[in-house]
Amino acid sequence: MIAEQFPALIIVFPLITALLINVVGWWWIRPCFYMSILALAVSFISSIGILNTVVTQGIIHYKLGGWDPPWGIEYVVDHLNAFILVIVSFIGLLICIYSKKGIEQEMPKKIPQFYSIYTLLVMGLLGMTVTGDAFNLYVLLEIASLASYALIAMGEDRAPLASFNYLIMGTIGACFYLLGVGYLYIVTGSLNMADLSELLPKLYHSKAVLVAFAFFLIGIGIKMAFFPLHVWLPDAYTHAPSSVSAFVAGTMTKVVAYVLMRVMFTIFRPYFSIELIPATTVLGWTAVAAMMYGCVLAIAQHDLKRMLSYILIAEVGYIVLGISMANRMGLTGAILHIMNDALMMACLFSVAGAIMFKIGNRDITNFRNQQLNKKMPFTMAAFTITALSVIGIPPTCGFFSKWYLVIGAIDAQQWVFAVALILSSLLSAIVFFKVIEKIYFKPREPVHPDSGGTHEDVVMDEAPISMLIPIYIMVGGILILGILSGKIISTVIQFAVPASF
Amino acid sequence: MIEYIIAKYNYWAYIVLMMIGFYAMIGKGNLIKKLLGMNVFQWAIILFYVSTSVKKGGATIPIIQNGHGPVTHAVDVAQYLNPLPHVLMLTAIVVGVSTTGVALSLAIMIYRKYKTLEEDEILQSEEYEALKPEE
Amino acid sequence: MDVVYSIKPLLAIMVSLVAACLILLTGERSKNLRESWTILASVIKFIIVVSMVPSVLDGNVLEYTIISLAPGLFLQFRVDAFGLLFGILASTLWIATSFYSIGYMRGLKEHAQTRYFFCFAIAISATLGIAFSANLLTLFVFYEMLTLATYPLVAHKETPEAIKGGRKYLTYTLTAGVVILLSMAIIYRLTGTLDFKPGGFVAGSASADMLRFLFVTLVMSFGVKAAIMPLHEWLPTAMVAPTPVSALLHAVAVVKAGVFGVLRVILYVFGPAFLHDTGLWILLAYLVSFTIIVSCFFALAQDNIKRRLAFSTINNLSIVILGAALLSADAIKGGMLHIAFHGFMKITLFFVAGAIYVKTHKQNVSELDGLGRQMPLTMGSFAIGAMGVCGIPPTCGFISKWYLCLGSLAAHEIIFLFVFLASALLDAAFFFPIVYRAFFKKTKEDINPGFNEAPLFMVTPLMATAFFSLVLGIFPNAFVHFIEIAALAVQNIMGG
Repeated sequence: MIAEQFPALIIVFPLITALLINVVGWWWIRPCFYMSILALAVSFISSIGILNTVVTQGIIHYKLGGWDPPWGIEYVVDHLNAFILVIVSFIGLLICIYSKKGIEQEMPKKIPQFYSIYTLLVMGLLGMTVTGDAFNLYVLLEIASLASYALIAMGEDRAPLASFNYLIMGTIGACFYLLGVGYLYIVTGSLNMADLSELLPKLYHSKAVLVAFAFFLIGIGIKMAFFPLHVWLPDAYTHAPSSVSAFVAGTMTKVVAYVLMRVMFTIFRPYFSIELIPATTVLGWTAVAAMMYGCVLAIAQHDLKRMLSYILIAEVGYIVLGISMANRMGLTGAILHIMNDALMMACLFSVAGAIMFKIGNRDITNFRNQQLNKKMPFTMAAFTITALSVIGIPPTCGFFSKWYLVIGAIDAQQWVFAVALILSSLLSAIVFFKVIEKIYFKPREPVHPDSGGTHEDVVMDEAPISMLIPIYIMVGGILILGILSGKIISTVIQFAVPASF
Repeated sequence: MIEYIIAKYNYWAYIVLMMIGFYAMIGKGNLIKKLLGMNVFQWAIILFYVSTSVKKGGATIPIIQNGHGPVTHAVDVAQYLNPLPHVLMLTAIVVGVSTTGVALSLAIMIYRKYKTLEEDEILQSEEYEALKPEE
Repeated sequence: MDVVYSIKPLLAIMVSLVAACLILLTGERSKNLRESWTILASVIKFIIVVSMVPSVLDGNVLEYTIISLAPGLFLQFRVDAFGLLFGILASTLWIATSFYSIGYMRGLKEHAQTRYFFCFAIAISATLGIAFSANLLTLFVFYEMLTLATYPLVAHKETPEAIKGGRKYLTYTLTAGVVILLSMAIIYRLTGTLDFKPGGFVAGSASADMLRFLFVTLVMSFGVKAAIMPLHEWLPTAMVAPTPVSALLHAVAVVKAGVFGVLRVILYVFGPAFLHDTGLWILLAYLVSFTIIVSCFFALAQDNIKRRLAFSTINNLSIVILGAALLSADAIKGGMLHIAFHGFMKITLFFVAGAIYVKTHKQNVSELDGLGRQMPLTMGSFAIGAMGVCGIPPTCGFISKWYLCLGSLAAHEIIFLFVFLASALLDAAFFFPIVYRAFFKKTKEDINPGFNEAPLFMVTPLMATAFFSLVLGIFPNAFVHFIEIAALAVQNIMGG
């Protein structure tokens, strides 16, 4: 019985908990963290239940309030949805565990508010993923965005201004999406995604539909930080609190990329997005620019989190590149990359947060003097493994998504895309090995062979266990999910790619 | 050409309004003016949606005329405006209000810190320079 | 050829991975325990690898699949004759290098020894992974692992030159890695598989131009690790690493992995028939002949011992590739044998260079006067190794060079015979002065320090490898049946 209600439970439980946390937080602060964990755990278990149902039985149609679509709001969960639900709720749960020590240090007076809004943010993202109604998606998009504006503004000193700029740009993006939905409503009278998919093909020649598609793309591009609409991302993610950066970097942009896939391939059939208008060509070339831009600018950064934000922009480029290749392999690579990138980015930002927690600053040029390899060996090992995954070294998961993307590029006969993919691998190698060098190899004067190395004993001062365990769970995922990617593709992703490819 | 503009005058009005809001968001330096621009932008979109509910032939607002008690007969749809966009825009108005609320609290935080709301002055100010994340 | 399912390849690789973890855990607390993990793992690994020899000589192929990654793509091990040859070389020489490293590190009281032994263990795992790979993808996985494991070894000293050397090494090898990735993806799309097949599997699946392009990219990108000119520059720069690392890089792991990759591409992906038909073999042969001759001249110009030996290695690697490019049975056999025999000889030479450094801190050839009196065992082993590289009997180098010359005659291209002979002469030109100086010149300081050898842990391995160079020269099939294995591999390629 419960299993049937999972699609609703996954939203309702965190929503109510978020409100309760705020209320409970007036009197007792300690329960707030545990309530949040409980809500996110329930979401995670529901998402696994949903994935299980979808894999074994097929697409789930859940009607809210019992109203039939297209009059009522419907939650439709197919393989793509279910996959992303699991990813988002998993990372939400992990980062919530991770956040405990960090939040206590960064904002001790605002703990109930943080957990309340954080739960709301996770719920908004999960709702965006699970809904089958275009307007409902707008509402949940705005819920998630507002929560993220508030959370980012709780950060360090430059955060409120960064969050304000993000707010302005993000609202433009969401309003463009709303305009797109409006245009579609005018011409079809429906808001349900499956219904729109049936009604639109007769109207593909109309200008309103064309304009709607354009508005969708721009609005989603702004929200996803797709070059050149990415301007808000580096500031916002750098100055946000560590846990917030870790979570939003791993999930927000990926969920919006999923929305792009829904718009391009479910609402508008693939025929429209690929052949009727050259959207995929435009997206593809812009994605190449995004990848190059992100990697090159990351090389120039001193602040670790800022560097990671630019890498994130490049990663979004990968996903859109995969979508734009418009063949089965490319889309497989894009969907696989959503999972891998969520893990990698969340892990990298978590490591940056752990460093900030222990040391208090994130300047890369300072790492040499900090002797991080002796003080925080486990955290640095996690960083190295995740960096290797971003570069695309087997057997980490990053290699496998790159493999599918390269094959997709070859299938599409787009050699420039393939070369761009491997070039960005090399650029990200430069970015990360610069940092790895500074962590592990201190330039020193040639040691005279007989003097013997004298080392002041540096005491190991690792990040707290509540931070290390989520980081290492994510690292474990990065190492294992790569090798299991064949299984993942054959059970889930193979069906998530639209059937006409 | 002129008939084209006159016939769709409502849409043109919303476009103008939207562009005014957009310009304010991008072109103005004062944070509150940006916020006002954002509001104008959002209201333009809301008005656009609402205006799509109009029907030709003298449709009236979607409240049943001379009705009392539960409705027992069918309603002539052509007499009433489409209520769905109105309802959707209620949601959108709520979203807009919450966004404005969040933005205003951010503006208060920024004002407390930098004592000004002009973006140029904030970026030049000593407090901003002093708050470099490194060091 | 029968396929036998056996977990031995996986075990051989896992042994040193487990050892690596144990080394990391033991750390600086108990140095002797840490060293014993290394030695124990190397011995166990050698036993496992050698235990596979009888089965492979019978004509079987040992296979083990880890997991299926995509239709037609597996993470899979398949031990065939050629892979076993490389595997035996790697595991044998690792035992020697382990003892030698211990002596070297302790003799110099080096820093970061735990990191060193940890990366060492992972590097040898990766090398065996390369040797036992069943397809290009598995080879690529372990290839990159090898790059990453050897990078901290190259930059070990952490001086600015060492860090620069590490950076250059990484740039060359990672770039080559991504080019391999692209070529692999294209081949997978064209043929649907990446499995190695004796005699190649690619021919006929695409236009001749595309296949030529793929051949060039694959050979050149594996050729980066195999130090084909002009992509060889990283190797002399990497000499900034401690000598056991250079020994590992130059005899066992990295460069031999590169050459192994090139040979796999030539013989098992494209196949001799393809090379012959397209005329690519002549192009490749000329390219590597250029490397062979030019590297000798570079070697003559070097004063630093290790740099001279680096160019000699570049020379010998291209000799192996030339052997494979000549496409005749004897030449390929000679090339494969040279992989193994050159390993023994070169590692001796590097061991000697390191021993000299530890004992006397001398790094240049011009400083070696009279050293033979002080360290006769060391310099004697050097003489044997040098003789081997030049191809003078009764060392094993003569055997491989003999097959190579036979092969070049069979290929009806006399010019390559002259290339081999010229290279041998030039080798003598730059090795002989070292031997001459050590034994026949008086020390500059005119004091006779008397017999003062390098530490025992260092002298024993280098004498052992020199001894084996001699033994294998007289009884080439001794112990591990190198000749039979190579012959089996060639027979599969040419006949199969």
